[in-house]
Amino acid sequence: MESSAWAAWSVALPLAAAAVAIGGWRAGRVAAYLTAIIAPVLAFGTLRAVQEAGPLRHPLGGWGAPLGIELHVDGLSALMLAATAVVGAATTLYAGAYFNRTTGRWFWLVWLLLWTSLNGVFVSDDVFNLYVMLELLGLSAVALVALAATRDATVAAMRYFLVSMAGSLLFLLGIALLYARYGTLSLTLLGLVAEPDAASLLALSVMTLGMMAKTAIFPLHAWLPPAHASAPTPASAVLSGLVVKASFYVLLRLWLQVFGVSGGGFEAALLVLGALGAGAVLWGSVLALRQRTIKLLIAYSTVAQLGYLFILFPLIAVAGPWAETAWQGGVYQVVSHACAKASMFLAAGSMVKAVGADRLPALAGIGHRLPISFTAFGIGGLSLVGMPPSGGFIAKWLLLSAALGSGNWIWALVLVLGSLLAAGYVFLVLRHAFEWSPEATRPTHPVPRRMEAAALLLALVALGLGFVAAPPLDLLGPLPGAP
Amino acid sequence: MSAALLYALTGALLFSTGLFGLLARRHLLRKIIAINVMASGAFLVLIAAPGPMPDGAADPVPQAMVLTGIVVAVSATALGLGLALRLREKTGRSTLPEDHPR
Repeated sequence: MESSAWAAWSVALPLAAAAVAIGGWRAGRVAAYLTAIIAPVLAFGTLRAVQEAGPLRHPLGGWGAPLGIELHVDGLSALMLAATAVVGAATTLYAGAYFNRTTGRWFWLVWLLLWTSLNGVFVSDDVFNLYVMLELLGLSAVALVALAATRDATVAAMRYFLVSMAGSLLFLLGIALLYARYGTLSLTLLGLVAEPDAASLLALSVMTLGMMAKTAIFPLHAWLPPAHASAPTPASAVLSGLVVKASFYVLLRLWLQVFGVSGGGFEAALLVLGALGAGAVLWGSVLALRQRTIKLLIAYSTVAQLGYLFILFPLIAVAGPWAETAWQGGVYQVVSHACAKASMFLAAGSMVKAVGADRLPALAGIGHRLPISFTAFGIGGLSLVGMPPSGGFIAKWLLLSAALGSGNWIWALVLVLGSLLAAGYVFLVLRHAFEWSPEATRPTHPVPRRMEAAALLLALVALGLGFVAAPPLDLLGPLPGAP
Repeated sequence: MSAALLYALTGALLFSTGLFGLLARRHLLRKIIAINVMASGAFLVLIAAPGPMPDGAADPVPQAMVLTGIVVAVSATALGLGLALRLREKTGRSTLPEDHPR
């Protein structure tokens, strides 16, 4: 296979599987299992190809830009494809045991479409393709939440739909402004010609606002916790682990690749983004500490962990090598949080299924009854706190070094406070899980072994990311747009 | 004022009107219509944004984008209306309950 075709296959595979999934529960499950086996192979093939040959470019059907659609995979895209494949495969394994023929009738179709659009976002090289993929992503994410069919899930899905649509349309308006100004849609070409004039800055502002709403960054986060908490558990895992990262990925492309903000001139705007990130870390963590149900607690922790990603922005504007350290830390936070958070949601789903309730006190003694899920939750939690050895430790260590090394101690303070608060809400769950209570003697509903294995698998990946940080960080390459 | 600028300003006005409606109106049908008004506004700005074309020929790229955008907007509207119907079934209302973070 021509090496540049990897990108096309990573979109075509889940799309073909989604077409098969229209056939029903059984067909969908087979198609999703096959995707779960092949997608990681494709993703790691892409990683190797990028490692050997550098960024890949693929003109779809031989029609390149500016008339055709061009796909582009660099180190960042390849890492996102790999994270999606790993989280996607584990979630698929889990979902096969979580749903039955009735509850899962539409799950496979919607989930495979979501998988298609995630990969589509990560390989697109033009802003309009990004828009279409983001819309497909948003609509399938909303549909996944609505699959829970409860009152709470319906309300949350409706609110998610409105926010997601407003976000995409702001992005579309930005595309119109960029096209009017530069006459091109290609991210690569825009990166060469974009200047910080009034029209371009207006475009950047509306697109950023739209993507911030979709990423649920503080103070636009209110829609996220109810949506992620009330969705079916496999959906919660991919929504928190992957979907919110897709719009953050678009922000990285816009700010770093197109506008090259690390080169200077955007310091004030980057400070504002960082301040919102700090707000998210602190406020999200405080709200997570106040939750009384496990899935809402994990969802508020997502709000907090997304804040770390935005602290990346002020840290890339500093001179010297620390900007690159921050860039590596930010991307590593995306990847390690994807694995850790998905594993925590999957493990929490198993615990809730076992005791038939989602209140924290109801989980008393769950550590003895579901040791595998409990271990997975604990490891995921360690990564969130940033304790070694875990992917979260590497990510937070890099961000912290960048903050201290460049003398921005205020961001370092936020990072440390965030970790302390994260330790607080993770131990809030662990405390109940260790506790003995009369409720602990209640009979446990059986939890399929596959569900527990899927959560543990992701937790081990999150842990492993703490041991093998060098190859992915090498692959990521230098900070785009650096002087 | 050139025709393109007129289109662009009308588009921006429509977009803002839609955004206001989405934020200010409580009935879900109004919110969904407001989203469609926003989309139409964005489409008008796109149509007003032709690339460099020789001797006044129409640039096909924005038109292709708007066609695609219309398809997306129709699908999104269908999903939104479906959700609004289900919300009415579950809660008996066509507005979102204004809950606060718990």
